[in-house]
Amino acid sequence: MRGNGENVKPAEPRIGVFVCHCGSNIGGYLDCEALTGYASALPGVVFTKSNLYTCAESGIAEIKSAIKAHNLTRVVVASCSPRTHMPLFRSACEEAGLNQYLFEMANIRDQCSWVHMQDRADAQIKAMDLIRMAVAKARLLEPQEDIETSLVKRAMVLGAGVAGLSASSALADMGVEVILVERESVPGGLLRRLNRVGPLGEKATEILDELIGNVNNDPKIDLRLDTELTGVGGVVGKYEVTIKDKAGLETKETVGCIIVATGAVPLNAEGLYGYNGSTVITQIELEEQMRDGKFSAKNVVMIQCAGARSPERAYCSRICCVTAVKNSIYIKELNPEAEVHILYRDIQMYGTANEKLLWESRGKGVKFDIYDAAVPPVVKDGKVEFYQPVTGMTVDIPCDLVVLSTPLTAPADAPIIANYMRIPLDQNNFFLEAHAKLRPLDFATDGIFLAGTARYPALVGEAQAQGLGAAARANTILSKSKLQFSALVSKVTDRCDGCGFCVDLCPYKALRLEEYEKDGHKRKRNTTDNILCKGCGVCAATCPKGGIVVLGFTRKQLEAQVDAALM
Amino acid sequence: MEVGRHPRIRLLAYSEVEKVTGELGNFQVTVRKKARYVDESKCTGCGSCAEKCPTSGVDAYNMGMAKSKAIYKYFPQGIPSAYTIDANICRNFREGKKCGICAKVCQAGAVDYKQEEQIIKLDIGAIILATGYELFDARKVPEYGYGRISNVITAMEFERFLSASGPTHGHVYRPSDLRIKDGLPELEKAVQKGSREIEKFEKSFGMSSADLVKRRDGGELTGEQYDQWAKAYELFLASKEQLDDAAGKAESMETAHRLAFIQCVGSRDMRFNRYCSGFCCMHSIKEALIAREHDAAAEIYIFGMDIRAVGKGFEEYRNRAVNAGIKFVRSRVAEVSENAGHSPILWFEDTTSREVRSLEVDLVILATACEPGPAALEFAKMLDIPLTDFGFYQTRTIPPLDTSRPGVFTCGCAQGPMDIPESVAQASSAAARAAQVLTADVGKRPHPDVSRSAA
Repeated sequence: MRGNGENVKPAEPRIGVFVCHCGSNIGGYLDCEALTGYASALPGVVFTKSNLYTCAESGIAEIKSAIKAHNLTRVVVASCSPRTHMPLFRSACEEAGLNQYLFEMANIRDQCSWVHMQDRADAQIKAMDLIRMAVAKARLLEPQEDIETSLVKRAMVLGAGVAGLSASSALADMGVEVILVERESVPGGLLRRLNRVGPLGEKATEILDELIGNVNNDPKIDLRLDTELTGVGGVVGKYEVTIKDKAGLETKETVGCIIVATGAVPLNAEGLYGYNGSTVITQIELEEQMRDGKFSAKNVVMIQCAGARSPERAYCSRICCVTAVKNSIYIKELNPEAEVHILYRDIQMYGTANEKLLWESRGKGVKFDIYDAAVPPVVKDGKVEFYQPVTGMTVDIPCDLVVLSTPLTAPADAPIIANYMRIPLDQNNFFLEAHAKLRPLDFATDGIFLAGTARYPALVGEAQAQGLGAAARANTILSKSKLQFSALVSKVTDRCDGCGFCVDLCPYKALRLEEYEKDGHKRKRNTTDNILCKGCGVCAATCPKGGIVVLGFTRKQLEAQVDAALM
Repeated sequence: MEVGRHPRIRLLAYSEVEKVTGELGNFQVTVRKKARYVDESKCTGCGSCAEKCPTSGVDAYNMGMAKSKAIYKYFPQGIPSAYTIDANICRNFREGKKCGICAKVCQAGAVDYKQEEQIIKLDIGAIILATGYELFDARKVPEYGYGRISNVITAMEFERFLSASGPTHGHVYRPSDLRIKDGLPELEKAVQKGSREIEKFEKSFGMSSADLVKRRDGGELTGEQYDQWAKAYELFLASKEQLDDAAGKAESMETAHRLAFIQCVGSRDMRFNRYCSGFCCMHSIKEALIAREHDAAAEIYIFGMDIRAVGKGFEEYRNRAVNAGIKFVRSRVAEVSENAGHSPILWFEDTTSREVRSLEVDLVILATACEPGPAALEFAKMLDIPLTDFGFYQTRTIPPLDTSRPGVFTCGCAQGPMDIPESVAQASSAAARAAQVLTADVGKRPHPDVSRSAA
């Protein structure tokens, strides 16, 4: 130190680097010990360590103890994707008294060992590059504080079918106020059209009466029928939802979370197998006939995968085989003399209860035959003709009713609803969850959840389970007293001159121009909404004069990384 | 990891429920926390104990296909990350020997041979049974030869073969070949022993073994000592030949190129489980596709009655497999035999060509059924709740998670086979049901009648 405390340079950062083997995911392809040695020679690095799994409790304990023992002021972990483990490593830093934003990660697995398995020598060099870049950036990191906000303990459920009704009751029971929005004039969704629910055969109306009764009798649930969604703004904790009633009156509701349970519709069967609505009908029309006591056919042929598992609609609709087999049993119960023949490609009676239905149906004399998708059955007057692969012959089945098992499809307005909330759809226009396996009821957007056939065709029990599950997921947010958000958002600097280039480009509508006075002149400058901003960086990349930056990705930090890469 | 770090979740690992009394909102649960002989609060999971432990055990996580130690961790990312001593094989416990190596090397001082099991009493409002499932023992299906034919394995074993952290580091070798490789050290030992023995003879008689044989065969040398020498030499040559043969085979060992997956092993089978195990079609397709990624030239077959690809994106996944050249054969395989080269041969009726055919492959992978484990029966007795005909916890379709006892719910494969997304969704639903009934007025709603079971 030079005298009198003048010119004291900020303390040189003390960086700790942890290199993870990830079992053999990294260790099997890269020389982690050599990487650790390499890192120890980088500027600012005072501690290095390699771990079999840095994410394991032992690895976390090592990060924490090293921060304390070696007085580390920056931590770099060279391992997997920040998407999975960054929060974990950051909280380890925080627990050891180091600001969590002084942490940096180098992805030497997904971006190195996994993709360069065949070229280990070059992979090793790339891993060194990645670590050097991360260390260079870490030197320039600054501490940040998370953003905290309050939230509204209310939820909106879109759709009053099985999933939406179940979700609403569950949320209300957990103490959450619910606005349940249904487009139709009556609640119940698809279940309203069904006869009986398998495998126990409860009447659909009885199940519905109970679900609707629970909702109607609950003062915490506000059921809005004949009402449509017309707009969604705001963020988790404070979504501003606009809904419009039958009279065209729009109201705005503030809710903390939204559950999407908007359902699905059976495929319109026009043009399939001579569909005519009388002698050739769909499975849901058969349900309605049986519900209303109007079913009278003697010889029934059911054709599975009608309009599904085809080039134009590749997916399997999951519930149609179960529905067909269930209905075949009820036909036999109504009239044991009736002939029922089910033509299928794969009979999808998954699980215990469904497979049991299949034996029951076979036991009652229902006939099952495989057809070849390349030579589909042909519906003719009074009969169905089909090629039977097991005999190699073409066979006629006389019948007075053909029932087409058509798939459930996404409603036509699914893209509009998705667009309101900026949530994604899959290739079939069903809503796309955050993770196919581990987050089936969440969206990547915080505070919006998914249940029922809006996600994918589901049996009644499955739709109910998902409705309950989505309620539990929403309550993980709504039960909090405040919300926390990442500090890595955009920040307007003194160099902003209010040109507004970035405002239009912001995909989250987080930027706004405001006027202010300086030296007697009216000027404009940008402001950032910290909650809406996701830190994507479009604004910073657009700005020609450094008038807006994203914290944690400042120009200096990125330049340091690039310089390190080019070294 | 999320559970392990959650401030409101207390994780009692290596523990078993002994007794449950009480009712909804007021259950008393007695838990026996077993002694792991390692202090969880001190152990950092560094693994130096296992590194130095002299006793090897069977690695259950790798389906017994790899070795672990007497002080072990079930799998690396497990929570808590503490090690456990298997008292059944540890020298300290089993033989009463003074070993103590793990305690000596542990820098955290976490090893505690005197640790005793603990009885923990808990007051609980609601209970969720997520006791999972067990895999069907494929030995029960004699015609597929599992346990008899070395290159017939289960899907779970194959899963470990495919894993980069598995026993073969992601390479699919035939178990018969691996066994040859594993046998090499023993053969080497035998050769060394033989060589030492004949060396002794050669030294004391001052001639080479080859010369001895020549002169003894010519009748020049006779006597018991020479006979012994000749016999030892013969044994040595035989063991050397065996070693060279095995080493050659191990050297030229190739990964399995022809794979056949057999579906419904123990499922949809009147002799065993009559139900469908739900997820096996998809895991076979997944394993087939991963095997295809490992080996673009692999010849892969999936034999099944129906391919039940019923989840979101599943049919598309099956189409991907078809486009990747994986062949689906609609057939229930009748029998698997084995040829002299340890290659399994499948015998089956091809229902589309209406012929009985056979097919030689390198490896057969059995999609074994999902069965309720012994835990289901234990808990059913302890909690006085019914099981279905198949042994899973009995529930209704609506609501899908309530058992017959108020305040006791179930989710996942404990109530029947299901895949990961469905299990995860159900886990959230069970949490919702538990939260619902713990609010007093809702608890008073009539409990669903679970006496009629869905399955």
